[in-house]
Amino acid sequence: MSDQSVWGAELYDTLVDGGVSIFAYVPDGGHKVMIQKSLEDDRVHSIPLTTEEEGVALTAGADLGGKKSVLLMQSSGTGNCINMLSLQANGGFPFLAIITMRGTYGEQNPWQVPMGMAVRPCLEAIGVHVLEVEREDELKDVTNAAMNLAFRSDRAVAILLTQKFIGAKAF
Amino acid sequence: MTETIEITGSNQRMDRAQAVPAIVGNHRDFLIVTGLAGTAQDMYAIEPDADNCFLLGGAMGASVSMGLGLALARPDKHILVMCGDGELLMNVGALATVMASGVTNMSILCVDNERYGETGNQITHTSMGTDLALTAKGLGIKNVMTVTAPDEIEAGRKELRRADGPTFVYLKISDAKPPKMSSRNFNAADRRIAFRRAQLGHL
Repeated sequence: MSDQSVWGAELYDTLVDGGVSIFAYVPDGGHKVMIQKSLEDDRVHSIPLTTEEEGVALTAGADLGGKKSVLLMQSSGTGNCINMLSLQANGGFPFLAIITMRGTYGEQNPWQVPMGMAVRPCLEAIGVHVLEVEREDELKDVTNAAMNLAFRSDRAVAILLTQKFIGAKAF
Repeated sequence: MTETIEITGSNQRMDRAQAVPAIVGNHRDFLIVTGLAGTAQDMYAIEPDADNCFLLGGAMGASVSMGLGLALARPDKHILVMCGDGELLMNVGALATVMASGVTNMSILCVDNERYGETGNQITHTSMGTDLALTAKGLGIKNVMTVTAPDEIEAGRKELRRADGPTFVYLKISDAKPPKMSSRNFNAADRRIAFRRAQLGHL
């Protein structure tokens, strides 16, 4: 398990260095550092959503306007996104989601498990490339790989921050 | 000026094919995102494949959020979202997000026929008491106007162009099923590239 104040800052800086200027998010403990940094940063827009699927559409609109954006969300919101990802599948819109995982490694809340287990197959079924981060030392490389795939190759990509990496919430 | 618009339908409201182009006016004043069905047809009838418009063909509920992304990315332009009542009801929280974002360069024209036109003209919640203008106001949209009569169209057309948005114009129209229009271009990749080439000057 890693220190979020360290990896959250590294991930945030990697995204901003890669040209991301819009952060759309659904509040999540695993994204606390990135959300806070985006709120305090005048160079970027930080947009709170009421549901994850808004973010799928918002990022496509940002692309029409020539800006790079990212969706920060938890695994439980994946199911909310699936039909909206028709936009990316049909339109070739770039898409980058950073998803903190629940319901897998070490989960203590059974309500998180069904969606947690379904994240990868659901995303892959609608055409999203799924990359995983299990260790802090691979975070930057995976993020840059995902940004290339999304913004240079016009693909939909999700980075899963696994519970091996971020830890499982204690109850 | 009072627009000449027929009153039709069981709800005795303005004819869609006349009211929507009248309230939009010169569509080149905006970058436009439309919903997937009726409003896409409305826009297609105004100008097929206009390169300042992106017409959804699915992803129901996307239009307001997509317009918001565009508004954030293009502060130099005024963004118009045209959506039906069914489309908006599917993701009505998006209006709260528009408010929270702080954008001012965005207007939403909700074209309310009180019907799900694509699926057999079934009634929507707005025919049973839901008022989406009150909803927009309650979710924090700054400027809200309801347009129900031809003599209000001109004011609505001006309202959509307010620089101090976000603005929500609620256009109540006839529930009569409009005639089927010619088939539109459903290729989203083609329309994305055409939009970006025209508006950004590159792929």
